[in-house]
Amino acid sequence: MTDAPPSSETPQAVIRVRGLTVGFGDRLVMNGLDLDLYRGEVLGFVGASGAGKSVLTRTILGLVHKRAGTIEVFGHDLDHLSHLEKMQIGERWGVLFQEGALFSGLTVRQNIQMPMREHLKLSQEMMDGLAAQKLRLVGLPEDAADKFPAELSGGMTKRAALARALALDPEIVFLDEPTSGLDPISAGDFDDLIATLQRTLGLTVFMVTHDLDSLFAICNRVAVLGHGKVAAVGKIDQLLLSDDPWIKAYFHGKRGVVRAGGRPEQPPASQPA
Amino acid sequence: MSAAPSVTRAIDADGIVLSLAGDWTVAHSAALEATADALAEPDRKGGGAILDLSAVERMDTAGAWAIDRARTELDGRGVKASYRGARPEITLLIHEAGYQPIEPPKPTHLSPMVSLLTSVGESVYIAGHDLAEGVSFFGEMVAMTFRLLPFPHRWRWTSMAYHLENYSLRSVPIIALINFLVGAIVMQQGIFQLSMFGASPYAVNLVGVLGMRELAVLMTAIMIAGRTGSAITAEIGSMAMREEIDALRVMALDPLEVLIMPRLVALVIALPVLTFIADIAELAGGLIVSWLYAGMTPIVFITRLHNAITPNTFIVGLIKAPFMAATIGIIAGVEGMDVHGSAESLGQNVTAAVVKSIFMVIVLDGMFAMFFSAVNY
Repeated sequence: MTDAPPSSETPQAVIRVRGLTVGFGDRLVMNGLDLDLYRGEVLGFVGASGAGKSVLTRTILGLVHKRAGTIEVFGHDLDHLSHLEKMQIGERWGVLFQEGALFSGLTVRQNIQMPMREHLKLSQEMMDGLAAQKLRLVGLPEDAADKFPAELSGGMTKRAALARALALDPEIVFLDEPTSGLDPISAGDFDDLIATLQRTLGLTVFMVTHDLDSLFAICNRVAVLGHGKVAAVGKIDQLLLSDDPWIKAYFHGKRGVVRAGGRPEQPPASQPA
Repeated sequence: MSAAPSVTRAIDADGIVLSLAGDWTVAHSAALEATADALAEPDRKGGGAILDLSAVERMDTAGAWAIDRARTELDGRGVKASYRGARPEITLLIHEAGYQPIEPPKPTHLSPMVSLLTSVGESVYIAGHDLAEGVSFFGEMVAMTFRLLPFPHRWRWTSMAYHLENYSLRSVPIIALINFLVGAIVMQQGIFQLSMFGASPYAVNLVGVLGMRELAVLMTAIMIAGRTGSAITAEIGSMAMREEIDALRVMALDPLEVLIMPRLVALVIALPVLTFIADIAELAGGLIVSWLYAGMTPIVFITRLHNAITPNTFIVGLIKAPFMAATIGIIAGVEGMDVHGSAESLGQNVTAAVVKSIFMVIVLDGMFAMFFSAVNY
């Protein structure tokens, strides 16, 4: 299996997870998980609902305590960070939470400017301009800037949250189900945006998704989470050839075959919904 | 580390050449903005300028925006500015994330006098609206009580028992403690002040009458408004924020019946019980202080108390409790249902619930005092 990243000759892992074990009570969610995220790639992360994709993301972000293992981000072990290093890493990654997690007491513009205000030294005029630019990038109309999160629709919340995640031009972006709840056109635009940012900024993207279109369109590699480990990782073409029953069912199910260019093996009507 | 953004000026056949170098990224935010502003300083009117991007090491969306804004400003001053030597990804970035003028948000300036009048008017209007809403809510609850009376199975007994435990049993320690202290303080002050007239034994009357008629029920109601009223508003409010109330409505369930009614009933039962406990604690506080501070034996205290109070002293205090409980519950419920969207709104409504219910409890107490003195009870 080749894990070659898309753009660089020598793969440089910006996130290196080794032997990660995470559990709640007597249930182990991660059991000795290893994972590399290379600079400049879009890594899609799939797994059954409840397999622990969000837990892994939150563990890497330091929101869930791990029981064992190491997580290195930009070469720094997350367990041994000074306050300053923590701040610096906080500037270098952006997160799009599943529910958006916009600050409900601030307008969209203030939400986007919040990380700028805290981490950067910029004039208010430039921050206003950059906030408008981020909104345009994610495809939100200009009048959305002065709305509060409670006034946004689900799709707009996602876009506004992405705009906030991009506010500091991070090197890594974590996306937790970014296209769920978006209409297919918006989801396609979203994929295009991620691809553009990856090309122009060299953005590294860690994307938890169930959207097969996203997986096929923009992911350089796809990792499959199963039984607390990365069950398989590689280019999507390689995963399509996998013998693992769950992976087969995932990509060759009735929703997967169309994208893979195949045809359903049996008529959909005969399959239980 | 990375190099800060920089610009060098030169003149060649095409006009001014501004050679950009370094990292045009937010990591150098202050330098980025200053250098970009310097870019837009024109050396002369008219002519052309070339922004040479070939030496730029890294650029992000903020850098692209700042450079593109400088170019637009140069254009606006009649200096034809164009890019040269940009790598393909930088061209794409400037295209995607370039500068577009935004309309500055219009500041709304009102004279201080007008805004003062506006907020006074708004407060008055909101106060009237709150009163109407509270009365309508109260009416709904009364109507619902009568509607539900014939159907005991529709009363949510489990829920009521749960809330009753929360509101009454778990409040007993704090209610007993503060009322014990109030009783002790009133007794101590009474003995101290009345001794100047040689009337210190009458401090027992003070604790007995003042405590049982007013203080015990008032302290308990204020404590419950802070402890339970705030909890009710926060519970209902966070449910409203997360569309749980809407979920109840579409299941054809009345949120007032499911959520408010059990809490209100539990509160109406809990407050008189707690008031009774508060009475006992208050008298105990007085007894201890009179014994330790004035050397009055418990037997003497009880005898004097027996002469000072009648059953109606005790009943007057107790009668007020359910009305105060209903006031607290209704205000907490109205405020909870009124929460919209933001965490800030939840905080405001919880604050409003506590402040309003304490205020209303005291107003109610005053009205009862007038009523009881009018009927000589």
